Amino acid sequence: MARTLKLRIWRGDDKTGGLQDVTVEANHGEVVLDIIHRVQATQMGDLAVRWNCKAGKCGSCSMEINGKPRLACMTQVASYPEDEVITITPLRAFPVIKDLVTDVSFNYKKAMEIPAVVMPEGMKPGEPRMQQVDVERSQEFRKCIECFLCQNTCHVIRDHEENKKSFSGPRFFIRIAELDMHPLDMLRNRKKTAQEEHGLGFCNITKCCTEVCPEHIKITDNAIIPMKERVADEKYDPVRWLGSKIRRREEVL
Amino acid sequence: MTLEKHKYDVVIIGAGGAGLRAAVEAREAGLSVAIVCKSLFGKAHTVMAEGGAAASMGNVNDNDNWMVHFRDTMRGGKFLNHYRMAELHAKEAPDRIWELEMWGALFDRTNEGKISQRNFGGHEYPRLAHVGDRTGLELIRTMQQRIVALQQQDAKEHGDAEKNMKVFAEVTITEILKENGKIAGAYGYRRESGSEVLFQAPAVVIATGGVGKTFKITSNSWEGTGDGHALALKAGANLVDMEFLQFHPTGMVWPLSVKGILVTESVRGEGGILTNSLGERFMFKYIPDVFIDKYADNEAEADRWYEDQDNNRRPPELLPRDEVARAINSEVKAGRGTEHGGVFLDVSKRLSAEVIKKRLPSMWHQFYELAGVDITKEPMEVGPTCHYVMGGVEVEPDSAAAVGVPGLFAAGEVAGGMHGSNRLGGNSLTDLLVFGRRAGKGAADYVKANGANPVSDAAIEKAAAKIEAPFTSTGGENAYTLHQELQEITHNLVGIIRTGAELTEAIEKIADIRKRSGNISVTGDRKFNPGFHLAFDLDNMLLVAESTAKSALLREESRGGHTRDDFPGMNSTWRQVNHISSFDGDKVSIKSQPLPVLPKELFDLFDVHELEKYMTSAEIAKGGSN
Ligand SMILES: Cc1cc2nc3c(=O)[nH]c(=O)nc-3n(C[C@H](O)[C@H](O)[C@H](O)COP(=O)(O)OP(=O)(O)OC[C@H]3O[C@@H](n4cnc5c(N)ncnc54)[C@H](O)[C@@H]3O)c2cc1C
Ligand code: SF4
Ligand code: SF4
Ligand code: FES
Repeated sequence: MARTLKLRIWRGDDKTGGLQDVTVEANHGEVVLDIIHRVQATQMGDLAVRWNCKAGKCGSCSMEINGKPRLACMTQVASYPEDEVITITPLRAFPVIKDLVTDVSFNYKKAMEIPAVVMPEGMKPGEPRMQQVDVERSQEFRKCIECFLCQNTCHVIRDHEENKKSFSGPRFFIRIAELDMHPLDMLRNRKKTAQEEHGLGFCNITKCCTEVCPEHIKITDNAIIPMKERVADEKYDPVRWLGSKIRRREEVL
Repeated sequence: MTLEKHKYDVVIIGAGGAGLRAAVEAREAGLSVAIVCKSLFGKAHTVMAEGGAAASMGNVNDNDNWMVHFRDTMRGGKFLNHYRMAELHAKEAPDRIWELEMWGALFDRTNEGKISQRNFGGHEYPRLAHVGDRTGLELIRTMQQRIVALQQQDAKEHGDAEKNMKVFAEVTITEILKENGKIAGAYGYRRESGSEVLFQAPAVVIATGGVGKTFKITSNSWEGTGDGHALALKAGANLVDMEFLQFHPTGMVWPLSVKGILVTESVRGEGGILTNSLGERFMFKYIPDVFIDKYADNEAEADRWYEDQDNNRRPPELLPRDEVARAINSEVKAGRGTEHGGVFLDVSKRLSAEVIKKRLPSMWHQFYELAGVDITKEPMEVGPTCHYVMGGVEVEPDSAAAVGVPGLFAAGEVAGGMHGSNRLGGNSLTDLLVFGRRAGKGAADYVKANGANPVSDAAIEKAAAKIEAPFTSTGGENAYTLHQELQEITHNLVGIIRTGAELTEAIEKIADIRKRSGNISVTGDRKFNPGFHLAFDLDNMLLVAESTAKSALLREESRGGHTRDDFPGMNSTWRQVNHISSFDGDKVSIKSQPLPVLPKELFDLFDVHELEKYMTSAEIAKGGSN
C-alpha cells in the first residue's frame, strides 16, 4: 500500500529560502498534512507548519500545493499521479514567517474594521424570532473557517501589496454580506461602506475566490454580486433600503 | 534580547469558548485582560464541536427545564458530579445561549422562529441548540466577534483598540508565576520567534481545554496536550478525578490517517443505527439495568420514538457515550467488527440524501473527502476515540477559583467536577459559557479585592532557564519519538478497558519516559520550531498521563469513563470518593477526598428508587445533606 513520494518543500524565512527535495513514504488514504508531519518527525524536526484539527474545520493548514491554494489536511496524496513531484509552498499573498507559516495578521486587521452587529434597541435575550429561511443566507457565510485561501487567491492583492490598504478581500465581503443579511442587524449602509471603505469596487467578479473555498461558500454569486447590485440601487434610493430593514425588523419582533 | 513584558489585571490562558467568555466578563467588569493562546485567534479546539450546546430552553418540548437537565447530567456522570456545578450549569445554560444570539449568533430555527433543539445521548428532551453540525464554529466565531466588538468600543473611546483587551496569539505559556503564595503572572514564549514573554497579573484564568493528544487515537487537535492541567499542578493546585476519560463511541477508523476523527453523535441523534458485521443492531443487548425504563429494548419501539417521543422509549444508540463505546469495543473484541476494526453506523436508510446533506453537511464532506464514502448511500465504519477529559482542576463551583491557589481560576474542559465520571454530549459547550463567565467574574472580584502582586526577578530567571534547556541539552532524545512511545503506553495500558496490572506497568513506563524527556535535544533554532514546541507539550502530557494512570489504579470499580476489567461493577461506596492529584515537583500523588453530598432540595428531585441504584443505603436513609 505504501508508496514513495517525492516532495519539494519551501524552506526559509522572510529573508532567504528555497525549495528542498525530500523523499518520504506515504500510506493509503494519507493527506498532504500527514506527509508533512512524517517529514517533520523523521527528517526536518524544525519544519514549520500550522495546523489544528486535521479535519478541515479550523482553517489553519492553508498552503499552496502544486501552486493551488489548499487545506493540507483535506488534500489526498492519492489525488496526485504516482510519479508526480508534489511542490509545497506557503501562501503567496502573505509575508512568510518561516517555511509554510505566513503572517496573516492583515486579515485580523481587516476584521477589526467591520462594525459589529447592532441589535434592535430594547430587544432582550430570548426574544428574537427568526425563520430558518431568513437566517440561512447569513448562515452560509458563517460557515467560513477563516482559512484565508480566498484572500490568498484574489488577484487584487495576491501580487499587489499596494492594494491591501484599500481592499478587504472576499473573506470580509462575505462578513459584510452576512451582517447586511442578518435579520436582526440594525446598522445601515453596510453595502455602501463595502464599496467605499472596503474596496468592493476593485473586485471584477473573476470567481477565483469561490473556486478555492473549502466550505463551498458561493462568495461571488451570493455575497459579492448581490452587494454590488444593491449598492447601485441604494445610491439612488436610500429610503428603499431603510424600508426593507424596517419591514424585516417588524417580522422578527 | 530584552524580555517582552506586559501588565494586566487578568491573564487568560486559552482562547476556546471558556477563555473567550471569561475574557468578555472580566473586561465588562472594567478590568484589563490579556488572552493568550497557542494557535491563531479563532482556531481553538472549540471550533471542532459539532453537535450542539445543551440548554433547557424548552423550545421543542416545553416539558424541559433546568431540573430535568440537572437530573440527566447527574445520571450521565453516574452521580459523581459536583452537584453544585451541575446545578449552576443547568440553571444558567439557557441565558448563555440567548446571550450568544444577542452577539450575532445564528442558530437553526424551529417553525415558530425560536432556536431549534436536537436530541442527543442521555438528554431526555431535544435540548441541543445547534447550527447544522458546526455549532462549535458558530460559538467561537460569535465570541471572537464579541471580543472584536469590545475592542472597537475601546478604539472609539480611547483611540486604541487594544487598550483594555489584547489577544496574544501563538504564544505558549510554560509557567504560572506566584509570589508569596499568590498568583503573580505567567511566563511563556512566542511560537513565531521563540522569544520570551512575561505577563504580570494578580489573576490567571486557565482555559486550556483537554488532554487528547496524550492518547494515540483521539478526536482532539494538537492543542489538547493538557497544558493547563500540568500548569495548575505545578502551581500547587489540585486535579480531581483524572481517571475519567471519555472515549467517544464513534470516531473514524479508516483510512488510518484519519483514525480517531470524530463522527458526531448527531448522526445517531438524527436516526443513525449501529450494526455489527453480521448485520445485527447490537445495542439492544447492552442496555444497563439503571437505564432499562428509559431505552427501547426492541426495534419497533426504537423506530417509533423518532415520531412519537412521549409514548415510546428512546433507541439504545442514544445511551450515554461510555455505554455505547464499551458496547462497540465488546462487539469488535468478539469478532463481529468490520474489516478495519469498527462497526457500521448507517443513516442512509432513515433519511433522504437531501436531508442528510442539510443536517449533517460536514459529516458528509468529511467522509466523502477523507474516506471516499458517500454517507447518503453507504454506512460509515466507526470505533471509539479518546475525546474528552472529565477530570481537571479542582475549583470552587461558584467562582471557578482553583482550590488552594489564591488568584488562580479554571474553566472549561480543563476544570473538573462538572461532568462526574462521564460527560453528556452538548454539555461541554454550555459548560464553557457558564463557567467561563463565572471564572471571568471570579477573577475580576479577586483583583478588585487584592490588587497587584509583582513578580520577582528570581522567578523570571527560573522560568527563562527552563525554556532554554532543550537547546543546551546534549542528551539526544527526540521529542517526537517519546511522544509516540507515550501514546502507545496510554493506548494499550490506560485505555478504554483497564486492569490493575496494566496500570502498574503504565505508571513505571511513564516514569521512565519522564526521565528520558529530561534529555530532549532540539534541532534548529527558536524560530517557529515544532520540535521545540513539542518538548514542552510532552512534559505536560507526561504529568497528565501519570495522574490518570495513578488515579485509575486506585479506583477499584467501573464507572463512566473508567472501566476496570478486574473490578467490573459500579460500587456505591466508591461513588463517595473523589481522587485528588497533587504534584511535589517530582511526582504526582493521589489522595481520596469525600464527594460533596447532594443537598436535600436536589436529592428530592430524584425518585428514591433511582438513587438506590447509585447510593449506599445509609445515604438514602439520610436523604441528602441539609
Ligand atoms: C471533534 C469534537 C467535537 C465536539 N463536539 C461537541 C459538541 O457537539 N458539544 C459539546 O458540548 N462539546 C463538544 N466537544 C467538546 C468541546 O468541544 C470541548 O470540550 C471544548 O471545546 C473545550 O473548550 P475549552 O474552551 O475548554 O478549550 P479549547 O477550545 O480546547 O481551547 C483551549 C485553548 O487554550 C489554549 N492553550 C492551551 N494550552 C496553552 C498554553 N500552554 N499556552 C497558551 N494557550 C494555551 C489553546 O491554544 C486554545 O486556545 C467536541 C470535541 C471534539 C474534539
Ligand atoms: S471574485 Fe472578486 S474577490 Fe473573488 S477573487 Fe475575483 S476579484 Fe477577488
Ligand atoms: S470564505 Fe471560504 S476560502 Fe475564504 S476564508 Fe472563508 S472558508 Fe476560507
Ligand atoms: S488542520 Fe484544521 S483545516 Fe486543516
